[in-house]
Amino acid sequence: MNLANELTAQNGTPENWLPLLELAVREVFEIMLGCKLELAGEDSPVKCEFTSMVGLAGQLCGVFTMKCSAHSASLMASRMLGIDPKDTNEQMWDAIGEISNMIAGNFKNKLTGVADHCMLSVPTVITGGDYSMHSLADAGSIETKFLFEGSPICVTLEIHS
Amino acid sequence: MSKVRALIVDDSSVMRKIVERSLRQAGIDLAEVKEASNGAEALGVLNETQVDLILCDINMPVMDGLEFLGQMKGLPNAQNVPVVMITTEGSESHVVQALSVGARGYIRKPFTPEQVKEHVVPLLDANK
Repeated sequence: MNLANELTAQNGTPENWLPLLELAVREVFEIMLGCKLELAGEDSPVKCEFTSMVGLAGQLCGVFTMKCSAHSASLMASRMLGIDPKDTNEQMWDAIGEISNMIAGNFKNKLTGVADHCMLSVPTVITGGDYSMHSLADAGSIETKFLFEGSPICVTLEIHS
Repeated sequence: MSKVRALIVDDSSVMRKIVERSLRQAGIDLAEVKEASNGAEALGVLNETQVDLILCDINMPVMDGLEFLGQMKGLPNAQNVPVVMITTEGSESHVVQALSVGARGYIRKPFTPEQVKEHVVPLLDANK
């Protein structure tokens, strides 16, 4: 059995992973930022001003992304550091990178048999929304949207075969 | 518990602040907190300063946490300092690897101050 088949045999198909991804996101926000997230509607428009990306390589290959507004990124840094949002400055990049890293790690640890065979990249954070992303992911994606302090954030996992 | 000199090693400055805050929330009386953004920097800090506790990430640029653990055991003033790994790499193999090169504890991110207390306080008590 190859690694991809083994992954599917133990965890089902990626379409079934959405609840695990949602749980991974909720846990990180609850534990590290002290806030409960509500699910947002699929059509909720996300103001994409910050994009954080973490790569996954090994048994599970893909790219994990989190998109949010500058206001949300500032609030995340503020909650993590316990400082005023207007004082967060460049810590926003660091904060959303770390949040993405923890979500990606938390998610892969929830998939049976994956944690030992999947490495995370260091996070990359893009500022601005005027870009196109061309991922080599060819095995589908799962996406979920939450309301963080009233603003939608979008979390996506694109999967490579 | 006497005042503790801690070294926090993580490539994220935000995470270093959170770890420091968690130590304080865990009731640990910090005399001094040194920071390093990778293992090589941390070795530099240990060459100049004596600490009582090290909290260290695994995935970092320049020198990762596991290599740092291996190298710090060669420093006479640091070889008995307890090291707790704090990382997103929560796999069993990472835990085993970290413990086998000398880590005394392992905390997975995301973490609560209670988890920090649970792992760190017994180590400090044992080293009194």
